Amino acid sequence: MKEVYFDNAATTKILPTIADEMYKALLDCYGNPSGIYKLGQQAKKIIDGARTEVALLLNASPEEIVFTGGGSEGDTMVLIGAARAQAKKGRHIITTAVEHHAVLHACEALEKEGFRVTYLPVDEFGMVGAQAVEAAIAEDTILISVMYANNEIGTIMPVKEIGEIARKHGVLFHTDAVQAVGHVPIDVKEENIDLLTLTAHKFHGPKGTGAVYIRKGIRLANLIYGGGQEKGRRAGTENTTGILGLGLASAHARQHMQENSERIRKLRDKLISGIEEKISEVRLNGHREQRLPNNANFSIDYIEGEGLLLLLDMAGIAASSGSACTSGSLDPSHVLLAIGLPHETAHGSLRLTLSEFTTEDDIDYLLEKLPPIVARLRSMSPLYSEKYN
Amino acid sequence: MYSAKVMEHFSNPRNVGVMENFSGVGTVGNPVCGDIMKIFIKVEENKISDIKFQTFGCGAAIATSSMVTELAKGKTIEEALKLTNLAVAEALDGLPPVKMHCSNLAADALKAAIVDYLLKNGLPTDGIELDKQCCHHGCCGG
Repeated sequence: MKEVYFDNAATTKILPTIADEMYKALLDCYGNPSGIYKLGQQAKKIIDGARTEVALLLNASPEEIVFTGGGSEGDTMVLIGAARAQAKKGRHIITTAVEHHAVLHACEALEKEGFRVTYLPVDEFGMVGAQAVEAAIAEDTILISVMYANNEIGTIMPVKEIGEIARKHGVLFHTDAVQAVGHVPIDVKEENIDLLTLTAHKFHGPKGTGAVYIRKGIRLANLIYGGGQEKGRRAGTENTTGILGLGLASAHARQHMQENSERIRKLRDKLISGIEEKISEVRLNGHREQRLPNNANFSIDYIEGEGLLLLLDMAGIAASSGSACTSGSLDPSHVLLAIGLPHETAHGSLRLTLSEFTTEDDIDYLLEKLPPIVARLRSMSPLYSEKYN
Repeated sequence: MYSAKVMEHFSNPRNVGVMENFSGVGTVGNPVCGDIMKIFIKVEENKISDIKFQTFGCGAAIATSSMVTELAKGKTIEEALKLTNLAVAEALDGLPPVKMHCSNLAADALKAAIVDYLLKNGLPTDGIELDKQCCHHGCCGG
């Protein structure tokens, strides 16, 4: 049976060339990068090279890049670290209602430490305005954290404008760019970003390795105690293999992002128009233009997301939903509720995310399989028959 | 995640549909929670001679609905009233723990349909307790 992968916002397939390089390094470059002998220095060289690649992708300097164990660690490190380091200066943090749980739960933890957090609402497209951020700034605001692009609906936030406002008011600005890095061009200098989180597995690198960009001169309180790795900013023997993979993925993204994203965007647009044409009563969630090139998210009325995912899986299609049943909690996605969808509509959402491995065949296959699956679930749904009988 | 039996009932649900001349109909659940089950029964000589269901909900919700219709078909009213949500889950070789609460309401829907039938026919409903017509975790405020 055909296997089609449409869950690239969850994770991507590693590039085979990266996996090969990592395998070789795992076997041969096992030295501790802190060692002064050749084997250690060989590993250190790999890490330095990867640091340069990540920096180039963001227009940062290599010394501004700190490797982490991934996106959640990066967000936690920045939120908790920046808040604690500035606790004497102020105790107010501004973020949005649609952030990833890594940011939201870190904020909740900070509230327990006595910090005050403003969760800005978003409009129907999932967007927060720079003016709303400015209006929320208080005398004791120490940190603004707004995601670069939303992981569910793909909306790209006005990061540059928010960064400008943060800088004007002397407040640190962090952006969780986990979904954006490697997919859209990012320039931390041009976009006034002080702190940024990224992770390798969202752009064809390995899982378990990420990085944070910390603008020169910014101090964060440490979360992990141990040795002096990463200039004392993140203790623990470096994951040389993972860091190599992140560096290679960054180099690949820098070289091919433009051509890939143009192709992916065309395929995604075909997918959106195909679904809107073939299925009645669907709504595209998120912003039509200001969105990641690989993201499509729909609400499909009268059906529930988990059943939809199970039937798609039986047809060889991997996708995801904001339904409560698939979120592991009892409530549907906080993002879909924040853009104003009623609960029953949020339960029936379908997220399809593409990558450079997605082909036109994959899109055609989905457009062939999805409509009858929706029709089948609707034929079972009392909500549908109450409306139409 | 799901047992083979759940997947089998989810893929090939029995007795799906709407009934025109039903003796009783029952609906439980709430769109807010993401699960609604509606069961129609036809009662002849105190037996459930036909049964149909419609469900808005996850795989477990559809599978439990399908299973309860199979278990209830041909049973007397008294026998059918003894079916519990737990018995339905067991007949499906179990459900993931998180699904036991929100998506396992099919026996409640059946019970609601039976009560509807009894009330329409002036028959006693003493001792039959209807669960609150909502999810069991209170997310819909029920």
